[in-house]
Amino acid sequence: MKKILIVDDEPNILMALEYTLKKNNFEVFIARDGEEAIHIAKEKKPDVLVLDIMMPKVDGFEVLEYVKFNSDLQETKVIFLSAKNKEKDIQKGIDKGANAYLTKPFSMKKLIQEIENQILVN
Amino acid sequence: MSNWFILTIILLYLSFLFLIAYWAERNKQNKWVNSPYVYALSLAVYCSAWTYYGSVGIAARSGVEFLAIYLGPVIAAPLWVVVMRKIIQLSKLYNVSSIADFISLRYGNNRSVGALVTLVCAISVIPYISLQLKAISETFQIITLYDTGFSEGFIFSDSTFYIAVILAVFASFFGTLSLDASKRRKGVLFSVAFESILKLVFFLIVGVYVSFFVFDGTQDIYNQANEEFNLAALSSVGGISGGLNWYFTIVLSFLAIFLLPRQFQVSVVEFSDRSQLKKAIWVFPLYLLLFNVFVIFIAWGGMLLLGNKTVNPDYFSLLIPLHTGQNWLAVLVFLGGFSAVISMVVVSTLALSTMLSNNLIIPYGFIKKFNKNQSVKNEKYIKNIRRFSIFSLILIAYLLYLFFDPDVSLFSIGLISFLIIVQLAPSFFLGMYWNRGSSLGTKAGIIAGLFICLYSYVLPFFASVIFNNPSFENLGPWGIEFLRPYQLFGLDALNPTTHALFWSLLVNTFLYASISVSFKGNYRERNYGEMFVNSEQVVAMRETAFVWKGEAYVSDIQQLLIRFIGEQRAEKALRIFRKRYAVKPDEKLADARFINFAERLLTGAVGSASAKILIGNVAKEKPVSLVEVLQILEENKETISTNKSLAAQSEKLIQLTQKLQQANEELKIQDQLKDDFLDTVAHELKTPVTSIQASSEVLADGEDMPFQLRKQFIENILNDTERLAVLINDILDLEKLASGRDNLNLANNNFVKTVTKAIQGVQNIADKKKVSLQLKTEYTSIEAEYDHDKMMQVLTNLLSNALKFVNSETGIIQLQITSKKENIICEVSDNGKGIPNEDLPHIFKKFYQSKNQNLKKQKGSGFGLAICKKIIELHNGNISAKANLKQGASIHIEFPKKTSR
Repeated sequence: MKKILIVDDEPNILMALEYTLKKNNFEVFIARDGEEAIHIAKEKKPDVLVLDIMMPKVDGFEVLEYVKFNSDLQETKVIFLSAKNKEKDIQKGIDKGANAYLTKPFSMKKLIQEIENQILVN
Repeated sequence: MSNWFILTIILLYLSFLFLIAYWAERNKQNKWVNSPYVYALSLAVYCSAWTYYGSVGIAARSGVEFLAIYLGPVIAAPLWVVVMRKIIQLSKLYNVSSIADFISLRYGNNRSVGALVTLVCAISVIPYISLQLKAISETFQIITLYDTGFSEGFIFSDSTFYIAVILAVFASFFGTLSLDASKRRKGVLFSVAFESILKLVFFLIVGVYVSFFVFDGTQDIYNQANEEFNLAALSSVGGISGGLNWYFTIVLSFLAIFLLPRQFQVSVVEFSDRSQLKKAIWVFPLYLLLFNVFVIFIAWGGMLLLGNKTVNPDYFSLLIPLHTGQNWLAVLVFLGGFSAVISMVVVSTLALSTMLSNNLIIPYGFIKKFNKNQSVKNEKYIKNIRRFSIFSLILIAYLLYLFFDPDVSLFSIGLISFLIIVQLAPSFFLGMYWNRGSSLGTKAGIIAGLFICLYSYVLPFFASVIFNNPSFENLGPWGIEFLRPYQLFGLDALNPTTHALFWSLLVNTFLYASISVSFKGNYRERNYGEMFVNSEQVVAMRETAFVWKGEAYVSDIQQLLIRFIGEQRAEKALRIFRKRYAVKPDEKLADARFINFAERLLTGAVGSASAKILIGNVAKEKPVSLVEVLQILEENKETISTNKSLAAQSEKLIQLTQKLQQANEELKIQDQLKDDFLDTVAHELKTPVTSIQASSEVLADGEDMPFQLRKQFIENILNDTERLAVLINDILDLEKLASGRDNLNLANNNFVKTVTKAIQGVQNIADKKKVSLQLKTEYTSIEAEYDHDKMMQVLTNLLSNALKFVNSETGIIQLQITSKKENIICEVSDNGKGIPNEDLPHIFKKFYQSKNQNLKKQKGSGFGLAICKKIIELHNGNISAKANLKQGASIHIEFPKKTSR
């Protein structure tokens, strides 16, 4: 089972994501802020990281940076899932090395499709 | 009293004056020497022996008429200052050293104008000096011979000669210390000021003595005199013709105060700074008034005491103390008169000698000779010419004095002097304010005026008074009645003096104006005409106001300067010039500015006419057309005014740019804030929407979902929907509040009641959380004007925030209300986790986001506080958060009870 870490500070969104992904046969971990995300990523080495950008304590970009510089996490794919939908924000996310960028509000189906795409590329 | 006694006193007094002048010359920086009072007092050189003795005489003969001569300067003092400022400005700019220089400069350094003015001054002043010598001689005679009777003739005439010589030495020593005649002579000026005090004090002493010791006060004199003579005639003006006479005499004296060479010397040449004029404007008129207080009483007293004797009423002030046996007082009076004489003679000869040397002798005879000499020699030469002039002037005056008829009164000679000098008035005054005045007009006007004066005043005066032949006066030449000198063309309403003044000034002015208009002056006259008329600008333009075309070498002019003002001064002046106009030291050709600069330097030394001749010798001047003169002046004037307005405009532009930059910055900030606001709003809106969408999608796909989970998702959706609604309301509220106070529903309310109501609103939630809500106030009612609903909103918001952050069970929320005279203070504090210090400055900013845009704000810091702030501010109050106290957060609100104020 592929491991997926979802990071968001909104509990309601987390709840919906967790339920859907589990139903689609992924092993799901959740983190409520960037700090927690780094912690869990280090430990669980997820295949895909679904990452919000605006979060308390440590933001999504910092988490991405951590992932890119950690040799254990070179296989991990990062999908940004953010309300920031400006062209420059998306460009910035891709430039920093995210594998995909989805904007909120989002469609569950599309997200799952993107996750599967990333796993297939591997 | 004995001759020798008086002579000793005279000599002692003169040596004292020498010492004073010498001391002042040695201590030029002393504050006494430089006091503005010295300048103001030196103006009193106007009061010569003519005033000291003569006005008593005229008061005895014809009553209050004497006053007019002193009223002119007093009445016109404010005007005097205005005109004087312009004269001084021009004179200082061009190193003018005498009135002849001033007028000749105005008409383009015109040599003949300078010479003519000098002659007029000499004709006016020399008899005046004789008059002073006559006064000394006669008073000396009176004081020494009073006991023995005085029919022995001119015993003192020899002594008068010696005194004249001593005065000449005094004048030539202190008057020619500096070569530059436009330089100030502090020694002379200081002694003149000193003498002014002496003569006033002594005159007042004798006035008080006569009025209060010889008689029983002024009223007593008046009463006694009233019984003896017809006082009404003596103390009134006397009908229309009398009024006209008064008027013309006042005009005469007003003009004379500018034109008399000695007045020009003390008021213009010796001027140094503006504070002097401020003092002079009140000191001088006051001085004249004081001087005239006792004149009429001394005159009446004299008439009462000595009326039966055949004495000259001019000398009543001396005769009365002698008559009453107060010899010491007579000596004081004599010394006062002597002071008046000395200052007048010294200053007059000084002024006149400068004119004679700079405007007559040098330009007409010596200028070529000077041009070959070396500077030291030249300086010696020029000084010697001045000394020679001083001596010859006094000598001529002495000779004239010898021919004086003892019967001629002091007053009438004084008037001749005034009449003649006033002929300079049209060219002097009009020349300063009318640019068309020409040298030809000047010459014609002055000569014609002089002629009329001679014909209608001096000639009949001599004919009848000196030669005792009244036929000329009464019948006119060859019996032509129309040409009777005292009633020219049948004008018989005026007395001889004012009659002569009227006709001479009328013809003079008419000729000056009409000839100036009919014949254009040369370009140089026009140039100086423009410069004099526009003196204010010229002071700013300096050398650039002068139009000159031609070829000249700097080295030639430099040689010229060295020859006349010495190597040191020439070098210094050149340095100043080069610095002022940023001219390179190796510049070979002289331009107009340099020509003008050099001319001005030379003017101080040799006079304006000679300066022009000297420059003309080394420079090839090309004629300039009138149009060019006017154009260049216009251009210069324009350039200056354009420069000024340009400077002002660029200053304005700079300010405007700064304002624009500020506004731009402000706009950028506002724009950024708006962007940030929209971002925040979008983000805040998207979060619940995202949640709702995700939850709905889950529900739509989850037919197999357990009931409990399904219920949870539906609750989530409801919560997020509510959150969305609150958010939208807040945003709308904020926008509404932004439009101002208009939306406030202001009314008188009881604040305690409002607070109580707000507490009641959240009481349920507090009870659930087991939090204690406490209201602390000593008031049951605080009346204030505010929007009740909005205030409720604020209070509820603050209470809800506090409820959110306190722990259940242990939480305490306190509301404290204080009423000040004009303000209400309300504090909401809790014992929750408090506000982090770094957030304190920002919590009320509606668009605030933390520095890192990707870091999310704490929950609960949405728009609530921003709305609170806006509402309180609309009530003209303020809201603030106290620094993070360990015991929790505290929000402080203060707003005025009358918000409409």
